[in-house]
Amino acid sequence: MTAQHHEGFEQHVRRYLYVFYALLFGTLITVGASYIPFGNHAFNIAVALCIACAKAFLVAGFFMHLISERKMIYGLLGFTVFFVLGLMVLTLSAYADFPPLTVTH
Amino acid sequence: MPKTSRPKTNPADMDIPYTVQPREDTGLYNAKVGVWLFLASEVMLFGALFSSYILLRVGSPEGYWPRGWLNVPVGTVNTLVLITSSITTVMAWASCKMNQFGRFKVFHACTLVLALMFVCIKSYEYHDKFTHYEITLQDGRIADGHIVENNPKTDHVVISGRYVQDRRDLYDLEARKAPHHHEEIRISRSQIEKMERYGPWHNTYLAIYFTLTGLHALHVIGGAIVIGFLWGPGSKMWETDPERFTNRVEISGLFWHFVDLVWIFLFPVLYLI
Repeated sequence: MTAQHHEGFEQHVRRYLYVFYALLFGTLITVGASYIPFGNHAFNIAVALCIACAKAFLVAGFFMHLISERKMIYGLLGFTVFFVLGLMVLTLSAYADFPPLTVTH
Repeated sequence: MPKTSRPKTNPADMDIPYTVQPREDTGLYNAKVGVWLFLASEVMLFGALFSSYILLRVGSPEGYWPRGWLNVPVGTVNTLVLITSSITTVMAWASCKMNQFGRFKVFHACTLVLALMFVCIKSYEYHDKFTHYEITLQDGRIADGHIVENNPKTDHVVISGRYVQDRRDLYDLEARKAPHHHEEIRISRSQIEKMERYGPWHNTYLAIYFTLTGLHALHVIGGAIVIGFLWGPGSKMWETDPERFTNRVEISGLFWHFVDLVWIFLFPVLYLI
């Protein structure tokens, strides 16, 4: 193993540590934000999910190396995201598709 | 029938291909393609359950979706535990890449301890729910709290909790509100109309909570078993084929990060919002 290779990984390790600190910070921010009354509960939900998405990006991007992955993996994940979103949209659209005269809450 | 003799094969030619070297068409070693395909199926699995959660929540009547039923500090600690296990996992892989096997052992031992901590904390939370009862009395009141005494041979049960007139009073227990006064309540069995634990059968919130967190906990246990194998007996491969071993560590790490990723969404969805 060359010294250059070793040094390259030392840089990676530093980056992992920064990501780790960001994730810890993100967790505390998520909890803190949930105690702030933004006036509308939907806004609280949006804030919590935005922070969760940012944390998910850090884990997937850096710990799972997705920011520098091969095209094949991006293609595979692209299909997955498409089908998951389709699944959610179809499920939720079913909620708005009650037959006439259905009693809802 | 004439016997057909098999041609002699060199054992070196029987090795599984592309365990270390990337394939020309994918640019990746095979196990990495395999684990990403597996993770894609996992995304679909948890995606289906998350959409079920959304459907149940959107469809619940106003004021009947529980809030504040889970212990936020305990959930926060568990989140921090899982995030820390993610960094130790990636550090274990980086240690292999830097040819530091001793450091790999230390980091993955930490991962295993953290996985165990996560499961223990989750078990504590489950125990808390399974000892929590909602008792409907014949006079219409509801007693709600944790069981203190429930001996079938006696004519009474004792809980540490409170009485409410309306079930809706039990649904919003946000921590920012004034804490409820809990006291020890002794209830005669003859007064009890219905007595039910806070298990998955109690309501849709607990059903989806136990389904999501239970499935996630199974993933944690499964991942910990694989990591435990690589840390213990599987680590012998480091002596014979360190590159292949490093790839195995990477693959198990990808699964572990996915488990962390799922929890990153489960925590705010179930505990905070």
